[in-house]
Amino acid sequence: MNLAAVWAIYVFEMNRWRRTILQSIVSPVISTSLYFVVFGAAIGSRIPEVEGVSYGAFIVPGLVMLSLLQQSLSNASFGIYFPRFSGTIYEILSAPVSPFEIVAGYVGAAATKSVILGAIILLTAALFVDLRIQHPLVMLLFLVLTAVTFSMFGFVIGIWADGFEKLQLVPLLIVTPLAFLGGAFYSIRMLPEFWQDVSLLNPVVYLISGFRWSFFGQADVSVTTSLVMTFVFLGLCLAAVVAIFRTGWRLKS
Amino acid sequence: MSDPILVLSGVSKTYKNGFEALKSVDLSIRRGEIFALLGPNGAGKTTLISAVCGIVSFTGGTITVGGHDNRRDYKAARAMIGLVPQELTTDAFETVWDTVSFTRGLFGKSRDDAVVERVLRDLSLWEKKDSKIMTLSGGMKRRVLIAKALAHEPELLFLDEPTAGVDVALRRDMWEVVRRLRENGTTIILTTHYIEEAEEMADRVGVIARGELLLVEEKARLMEKLGHKELILTLDAPLSSLPPALADRGLQLAADGATLVHTYDTNAPRTGIATLVGDLAREGIRIRDLETRQSSLEDIFVGLVADKNQPAEEARP
Ligand SMILES: Nc1ncnc2c1ncn2[C@@H]1O[C@H](COP(=O)(O)OP(=O)(O)O)[C@@H](O)[C@H]1O
Ligand SMILES: [Mg+2]
Repeated sequence: MNLAAVWAIYVFEMNRWRRTILQSIVSPVISTSLYFVVFGAAIGSRIPEVEGVSYGAFIVPGLVMLSLLQQSLSNASFGIYFPRFSGTIYEILSAPVSPFEIVAGYVGAAATKSVILGAIILLTAALFVDLRIQHPLVMLLFLVLTAVTFSMFGFVIGIWADGFEKLQLVPLLIVTPLAFLGGAFYSIRMLPEFWQDVSLLNPVVYLISGFRWSFFGQADVSVTTSLVMTFVFLGLCLAAVVAIFRTGWRLKS
Repeated sequence: MSDPILVLSGVSKTYKNGFEALKSVDLSIRRGEIFALLGPNGAGKTTLISAVCGIVSFTGGTITVGGHDNRRDYKAARAMIGLVPQELTTDAFETVWDTVSFTRGLFGKSRDDAVVERVLRDLSLWEKKDSKIMTLSGGMKRRVLIAKALAHEPELLFLDEPTAGVDVALRRDMWEVVRRLRENGTTIILTTHYIEEAEEMADRVGVIARGELLLVEEKARLMEKLGHKELILTLDAPLSSLPPALADRGLQLAADGATLVHTYDTNAPRTGIATLVGDLAREGIRIRDLETRQSSLEDIFVGLVADKNQPAEEARP
């Protein structure tokens, strides 16, 4: 195991993040605050409690998940896409590192950033609403699992993309809509039955639901189902990464 | 003689678009030598290096580095190799120190500031160690690439067209570094289409064109074997034309009539010099001075590649 290499990639990626720390942290904090102002205070004051919690508190897990998904994807996809774009990938390819070590470095760093960001958003949220977390360990578990899964998904996107537009494509056209429709701002149970069933096809529902359960002890689907589904997505992303390195797809000519 | 450090057997590479960039290349590199891979643009030099380093996959044959198969045992194989790529591909926002340390880590070496410092000093990069790479000139960036390749103290160093577009100072520094590395036993493989470079530095030369390794030879032997020498005779008094007795001897009279050039094969059983000198004396032609000139690798190279009577493929589209 080439731990020195994993560490080198990890540090490289974290340094890249540190250089742009302001925009990496400030912009999600500002947008989260805006969501609270708009949904929590302005609209939320007219919405009665949802599932027994104030609307402002209800949307916190969804907001954290939304940022987590977006940031994991963009961080990890950019992290591996940029060396491909600039050509510095030659160094990674010619180094004595296994695919696992490469992924550990890039995905580890991207997931770390996302978890830090998630924590910051939670702290920001705590300024606006009275926040209580019933199962902090479960919350942390979902936070880390989701960060790792979507960082790995981002890694795959970063290898698939052959232009900067494509890098934005999947987050913009697929993941963000899925997050909005996946109950970030409402409970699936508020929907007509048909749309409830349709929603269950949306993978993000399980992530948000499980995460919300760790806060309030109740959610749209059972926490076990959420956890199982999260592991399924993790497995799928892992399989995609393994396939990429097996075949050298888009990495080697 | 110890085991070769690098062995390619029947290595071929066909790119996805069907282009055959390497055609069953066999090559064995000795420990500690400087080997020059000489060939025109598009010959397959970079492809060959990339196949060894694991940057492109190859379609046939095997490659071993220090006895390690570079696919089955890629970690051990790659750990021995340092690569200075042809293109100036560097990070932009990182500092020189960080990027060189990064490579060291990537190749599995534990942090050692003394090694990084020595490499940076050797390449006159020490003053720039805290500069961001994007603020450096092209020549400085090339130095950074060399420093990166040396950061993990490789046993086998590839320099892919190291002096293309490089200034005199860097050339000098680079050859100084190469000499020192060689003294420490590092094996160096450089590619070039500048013949002087091969001539100046290499112990052995391989000539590649259109994906085929045409020959591998000791540099000295190559020049001997394929070399033609020219005997240049400066005459006492200019001639208006060659005397009939000296026609058909492969002699050339310069335009001013004052020099005669005799081209001969150093390998031929007879060079014809003795008879020529005798014949000249008989014709009453007096010689004031004479010199011989060895044809350069360039002449040899142009001859070899032209022999294949096909134009060499130009740089990739
Ligand atoms: N990715 C690629 N796809 C298809 N053809 C390629 C690719 N890379 C290089 N080639 C072709 O392979 C040949 C050898 O290229 P290269 O190894 O870079 O030559 P050299 O380094 O000797 O100039 C060239 O004709 C080039 O066009
Ligand atoms: Mg080349």
